[in-house]
Amino acid sequence: MAENETKTPSVTRQSLEKLFEPAVRAIEELGTLAQLGFSAFVWQFRRPYRFGVLVQQLEFVGVQSIFLVCLVGLFTGMVFAVQTAYGFRRFGAENLVGGVVALSLSREMAPVLTAIMVAARAGSGMAAQLGNMRATEQIDALETMAVSPVQYLIVPRLIAGTLMVPVLALLFFGVGLGGAYLVGVVMLSLDQGVFMDRVTALLDKRDLVQGLVKAVIFGYAVTLISCRHGYYAKGGAEGVGLATTRAVVWSVVGVFFLDYIITSFMTDMG
Amino acid sequence: MRLAAQRAEVSDWVGYEVGYGVGYEVGTMSESDADGPQIIIEDLVKRFGERTVLDHINIKIDRGETLVVIGGSGAGKSTLVRHLIALERPTSGRILVDGVDMAALGDFELSRVRRRFGMVFQKYALFDSMTVYDNVAFPLREQTKMSEREIKDRVMVKLDELGVAHAAARMPAEISGGMAKRVGIARALVLEPEILIYDEPTSGLDPVTSRTVDELIEEMRERFGVTSVVITHDMASAFDIADRVAMLVRGKIAVEGPPENVMASDHEDVQRFVHSSAIDPARIAQRSARKSPAQVRALRKERLAKQGAPKV
Ligand SMILES: Nc1ncnc2c1ncn2[C@@H]1O[C@H](COP(=O)(O)OP(=O)(O)OP(=O)(O)O)[C@@H](O)[C@H]1O
Ligand SMILES: [Mg+2]
Repeated sequence: MAENETKTPSVTRQSLEKLFEPAVRAIEELGTLAQLGFSAFVWQFRRPYRFGVLVQQLEFVGVQSIFLVCLVGLFTGMVFAVQTAYGFRRFGAENLVGGVVALSLSREMAPVLTAIMVAARAGSGMAAQLGNMRATEQIDALETMAVSPVQYLIVPRLIAGTLMVPVLALLFFGVGLGGAYLVGVVMLSLDQGVFMDRVTALLDKRDLVQGLVKAVIFGYAVTLISCRHGYYAKGGAEGVGLATTRAVVWSVVGVFFLDYIITSFMTDMG
Repeated sequence: MRLAAQRAEVSDWVGYEVGYGVGYEVGTMSESDADGPQIIIEDLVKRFGERTVLDHINIKIDRGETLVVIGGSGAGKSTLVRHLIALERPTSGRILVDGVDMAALGDFELSRVRRRFGMVFQKYALFDSMTVYDNVAFPLREQTKMSEREIKDRVMVKLDELGVAHAAARMPAEISGGMAKRVGIARALVLEPEILIYDEPTSGLDPVTSRTVDELIEEMRERFGVTSVVITHDMASAFDIADRVAMLVRGKIAVEGPPENVMASDHEDVQRFVHSSAIDPARIAQRSARKSPAQVRALRKERLAKQGAPKV
């Protein structure tokens, strides 16, 4: 009897620990991210400012993503135009195609898909690069030369991600709208004037603001998550591969999670 | 005195006072040319999870002294020297550099202390996004106010001393392991720091280049009064350059002292280690018992005949 009593709580405790393990891990993970983010925040104000490295990263995140973002933007706009036209034709509201596409591009599609493209291309690249630098002691070497790896490696990447994703999202929006125009006006022969009129009528400044706010936050989140997985990579070459995968997966999850939070804060349903 | 003059000269182009790297008053202990040990390792214990890698290490290293650390693979040599420059934090115990506890420093002070160190990494740790030249120029650009022309002169001199000047424009991925090692050494030496840590500087080098590197280590000590810690598996170089040798066995210091004494120690592990790298008569005698290639081939044929040919 006495034995049983001592056993039972420990068994429950073990299973409770198992049950809460993912939650504990998630909190730990957020802690790691917050720590790295805070440290980068502090270091970005300290001299020397590393403009050279920043320009490299702006080029890597921004310029090198232009083609991909245009491609995906164009198709997204076109697909959306076809789908909306199909749906709206039933009640004779095809003329709204331009406006509806513009609305969904600016509020959702442009920031979310751009962030995902950047995660897949630049985020994975960052995780692989930083992970390799960790595995081959290059990060340690920076430290021994009294150069802060956070300042030298993380800060320029975070700034580049935060600046470039909104720019790319605007590009995505423009190209996507072009795609919708192509489908609506050129292929489905909707009236050009009405198409553009509906765009300006339905699209509000607030929609563009929401899209840009999202893009800024996604850009920061995707780069921070990608950098974190590379920077703290463990276990040699295999670890680098794992870090790259995790960087992309968690960036994408992070984008959707944040998307819900921001949308509920910024959308006035009343 | 000559030394002090040279330090002053170094200070000129380093842009801060060499030897006062801590940057704030810490009393006489930071006085670089004071007597007494420069590095004190006090009861250092390091665990990775359950594994104890360093087990109560105590050692003092004097200014201008070369300490050679030997020991088998996985004994904890790299982990030990990584503590000196605070790349690892002790589980318990302390590392004092000129009386300053490395583990207690914030990252700003730490980076000031680290300016006094140079480190050669076991796996080179060259920045793979930069050319060989830029790798060696990196510490000069980061820590001095030298002009690009002065930097170029210094970098090319160092690369030349190590026989890799011809590879200056290549990327680290395009040079051999031995060359990468030498570039790593050039990068650590280029600032002519006060304290140098070499993690297996000669492994992977041919014997001739190894001796060149030994000479460089000696030269750094004689010209600049550098304090060095050298990890090596190369017993010949250990005995050439060491003031003291410490042998690490399973995270403990088994023997420590001048090379002659270590050589003569009757500690079992030490004897095995030292004698498996020296060429002693017993080993030469053993050679006659070695089978010739013809004998080995005959044995293989015999075995195959017995077993039948292996299935593919
Ligand atoms: N970051 C780490 N996490 C876990 N274990 C580690 C870590 N770093 C080192 N170790 C372990 O510590 C032990 C000592 O490693 P260390 O690299 O110091 O050995 P070493 O003496 O330098 O060996 P070698 O001659 O092969 O370079 C090894 O068993 C290694 O697995
Ligand atoms: Mg080692």
